[in-house]
Amino acid sequence: MAAAAAAGPSPGSGPGDFPEGPEGEAPERRRKAHGMLKLYYGLSEGEAAGRPAGPDPLDPTDLNGAHFDPEVYLDKLRRECPLAQLMDSETDMVRQIRALDSDMQTLVYENYNKFISATDTIRKMKNDFRKMEDEMDRLATNMAVITDFSARISATLQDRHERITKLAGVHALLRKLQFLFELPSRLTKCVELGAYGQAVRYQGRAQAVLQQYQHLPSFRAIQDDCQVITARLAQQLRQRFREGGSGAPEQAECVELLLALGEPAEELCEEFLAHARGRLEEELRSLEAELGPSPPAPDVLEFTDHGGSGFVGGLCQVAAAYQELFAAQGPAGAERLAAFARELGSRYFALVERRLAQEQGGGDNSLLVRALDRFHRRLRAPGALLAAAGLAEAATEIVERVARERLGHHLQGLRAAFLGCLTDVRQALAAPRVAGKEGPGLAELLANVASSILSHIKASLAAVHLFTAKEVSFSNKPYFRGEFCSQGVREGLIVGFIRSMCQTAQSFCDSPGEKGGATPPALLLLLSRLCLDYETATISYILTLTDEQFLVQDQFPVTPVSTLCAEARETARRLLTHYVKVQGLVISQMLRKSVETRDWLSTLEPRNVRAVMKRVVEDTTAIDVQVGLLYEEGVRKAQSSDSSKRTFSVYSSSRQQGRYAPSYTPSAPMDTNLLSNIQKLFSERIDVFSPVEFNKVSVLTGIIKISLKTLLECVRLRTFGRFGLQQVQVDCHFLQLYLWRFVADEELVHLLLDEVVASAALRCPDPVPMEPSVVEVICERG
Amino acid sequence: MEDDAPVIYGLEFQIHIIDFDDENNIINKNVLLHQAGEIWHISASPADRGVLATCYNRTSDSKVLTCAAVWRMPKELESGSHESPDDSSSTAQTLELLCHLDNTAHSNMACVVWEPMGDGKKIISLADNHILLWDLQESSSQAVLASSASLEGKGQLKFTSGRWSPHHNCTQVATANDTTLRGWDTRSMSQIYCIESAHGQLVRDLDFNPNKQYYLASCGDDCKVKFWDTRNVTEPVKTLEEHSHWVWNVRYNHSHDQLVLTGSSDSRVILSNMVSISSEPFGHLVDDDDISDQEDHRSEEKSKEPLQDNVIATYEEHEDSVYAVDWSSADPWLFASLSYDGRLVINRVPRALKYHILL
Repeated sequence: MAAAAAAGPSPGSGPGDFPEGPEGEAPERRRKAHGMLKLYYGLSEGEAAGRPAGPDPLDPTDLNGAHFDPEVYLDKLRRECPLAQLMDSETDMVRQIRALDSDMQTLVYENYNKFISATDTIRKMKNDFRKMEDEMDRLATNMAVITDFSARISATLQDRHERITKLAGVHALLRKLQFLFELPSRLTKCVELGAYGQAVRYQGRAQAVLQQYQHLPSFRAIQDDCQVITARLAQQLRQRFREGGSGAPEQAECVELLLALGEPAEELCEEFLAHARGRLEEELRSLEAELGPSPPAPDVLEFTDHGGSGFVGGLCQVAAAYQELFAAQGPAGAERLAAFARELGSRYFALVERRLAQEQGGGDNSLLVRALDRFHRRLRAPGALLAAAGLAEAATEIVERVARERLGHHLQGLRAAFLGCLTDVRQALAAPRVAGKEGPGLAELLANVASSILSHIKASLAAVHLFTAKEVSFSNKPYFRGEFCSQGVREGLIVGFIRSMCQTAQSFCDSPGEKGGATPPALLLLLSRLCLDYETATISYILTLTDEQFLVQDQFPVTPVSTLCAEARETARRLLTHYVKVQGLVISQMLRKSVETRDWLSTLEPRNVRAVMKRVVEDTTAIDVQVGLLYEEGVRKAQSSDSSKRTFSVYSSSRQQGRYAPSYTPSAPMDTNLLSNIQKLFSERIDVFSPVEFNKVSVLTGIIKISLKTLLECVRLRTFGRFGLQQVQVDCHFLQLYLWRFVADEELVHLLLDEVVASAALRCPDPVPMEPSVVEVICERG
Repeated sequence: MEDDAPVIYGLEFQIHIIDFDDENNIINKNVLLHQAGEIWHISASPADRGVLATCYNRTSDSKVLTCAAVWRMPKELESGSHESPDDSSSTAQTLELLCHLDNTAHSNMACVVWEPMGDGKKIISLADNHILLWDLQESSSQAVLASSASLEGKGQLKFTSGRWSPHHNCTQVATANDTTLRGWDTRSMSQIYCIESAHGQLVRDLDFNPNKQYYLASCGDDCKVKFWDTRNVTEPVKTLEEHSHWVWNVRYNHSHDQLVLTGSSDSRVILSNMVSISSEPFGHLVDDDDISDQEDHRSEEKSKEPLQDNVIATYEEHEDSVYAVDWSSADPWLFASLSYDGRLVINRVPRALKYHILL
């Protein structure tokens, strides 16, 4: 304590007071922290302060250190310090010793009283303990006496205790017996009150005992009574069970009680299912009634809701109750339930399918999809409960089937829309003609048709897309992820539609109305352009759209865009070729009639171009305008500006001379042939019905070729008088003047017309051609 | 005439008889003058090789009349045995007129056909909308109208072509008018069948399959050749669309009916192999007796895969419209075609195909 007191103020006085520790600021701070820690751990500050002051804690020269050695200290002082300092430290030392002495004295005086009082207390405690020892001894003797007494009392009471125990046992037995004897009446009462559960519990409790003691007549009687009552109870329970109106949970309760009564599980199982069947069939009937034709059928969503809550809910309850009640039945019972569920399920499905079939005609997909979604969702619960019945799979199958049918329906719809468009176009084409207007806006019609078809396709895609929406419960089935997208939508719907469109278009080429009466030529032209447009852009656009909307990602091979494009192009080509044939035929017929019906022998000298030729030119111009609305101009061979003039001179002078001259002399027919053959050696063979390219010039060339070839053949079948020949000459020159501008190679027109005139000359017994200048004048006048 | 194939073709006022010597590849020409007028149709009697019938135009008073007559060739030409004719054009001989098929009632004879395999006594002519059956009596010097029938209907109906069926004891004749094909029974002169709209446009020609009764080929302005079973007139059995212009002629080969020849005004002659609808759809099963050439007998055994219908060859020798094609009556592998510019081309069936059919 003294050390503590002495060391107490030393940290306050600072480190500078210590001769051996002249250290810097940092260690001082460290020491301060250490000091606080030391304080916390109860070590004296003096000890703590001394240690960091010197590097060695065991320094024997440390005055306050634990290992202080006075000799060493003195030695050190003597060796290191000069005399004055020694003197100083000596006086200092003496002063310190004195101070310490006085301090010690003060402390002793101050604490003296405390020492005395402590001594007194210890003495007093000694006295008290002696007294306590005596009392404890007395207590021990008393306890011994008490033990003795207690043992004696127990011995005395032993006998009675045994009797009491026996009596208690008898009492319990008697109470049980009483319960048994009262059992029949209690049971009766319970039965009367309808507390079947209580009755069954009583019966269950008594059953074992009665079974055990049934050899005793009285128990036998009770048992018999009980059995009678139980039978009645069972009867009533069954009664209630059969009445059945009370709903599934109560029935389940009945069955549970009956099972507790030990009724045969098989039979109950059957009956339970039979009842459940009755109820579920009721549901089915009500569904069927909704389906019936007479009442206004609720929409399909409502229908599936009813079915879901009524039938599927009921089925769930039945299945859950059954599995709870008849769990002991094992796999056979489960199988029975599965068969039950399967049978009813299939009937339910049949109803649903009938209802869905009614929906097929409708246009609203979203309602149908929602209904299907609900239907599918509802069936997941029994599906999980009754995996063996395969309800969920069947439901998925139905949904898939409906989806397929829907696709088919949409395909039909698209086809119908396409045909509708065609009908509209036909009407539009027919109408303006009645009104007397020229040139119905073919380009406009085409745009209308294209956009209307495209919008139909988009609408169908959007409608079908509902089937794959994320929130729909069946959209993650493998069918809807894979096959539906690729085979169903892409192949079946889109590709199928484009194909059928091409087929429909092609059927116009094959139609029996080859005379052109069935299909308006403008429609052929329009369809051809439509198909061509499809080939160039629309098909790839639609397919890209489809692929984007329905991330087609499975292994099924799909029709590549190029194949479809090729088909479309082929269709366009056929349509255009057919258009050329039809239009060519129209003009051909006109020319043919004009040649066949005229009497060429007795015709008068030509004064005019025949009206038919004007009509031909007019029609050709009309066709040119019509085709120009939809097709580009195309390439034609370069020609000089005054080509009509030039060709006329060639045609009427040189060739005419060359070819007509010999026919004046019938004696030299070989020369004619020779000349004409040589002529032909230098001209290319003309393919009359040659394939057409997709441009206006090619189309017009085809039509004119067909027409002129017809004219040629018809002329060869007739006999001409002189004026007949001249008329032909005039007509041909007129055609020459107007037709060259339509064709790709005007040489062709010249060639064919030359042929016509040459043939007419050959068919003329008196071939005197008209003067070219006169021909020119007549044509220019006409 | 075993090796020679006489072909007769008409030109204005002349009839040329061409002898083709198969062995030496020599063509001989004899010219007969036909003074009555320009010839539009010609047909030879099946019984008497010296007799032929023509339809010809007679122009009088700026009117054209088409008449028909039966003629006899000079005797020495008939035999076909003379070897080296001199320049025959200079010594043109004249046909001997046997009889006119009297046309006072009916003008415009379109076509004359002999009864095939008959004794050359019966002949049918088509005039406008009438079909006339003539009996030639007293060695063809007199023609008596035996019976006739006419086509009634809207507009001006006009027969364009007709053929006498070699089947059914030669009692059937088929005619074409506009787009319609009609069959007639020559005993009652009544219509048996009618194929409406057989072609899209005018029907130009027709021919009976010589080996398969009921089968009939037709061609027309719609560039198509159609094959019909006359028992089912709603649908053609087969349609060919090889030509690019009107088809003027269609002819079955007389013995191998899979070979069909067509001539068209696109200047082409096309030889087609219509095996699937021929009488020998699986190839020839029995060896033909009249193969005399040694080289025809190749002992190589060829595998007989079923043949496909195809175009055997397209002949483009003509520069102008081909108006007539026909098979040689003597050599089944030979045929000729005639075009507007007067060129006559004689062709043979390709050798490979011939052996394929025969072996």
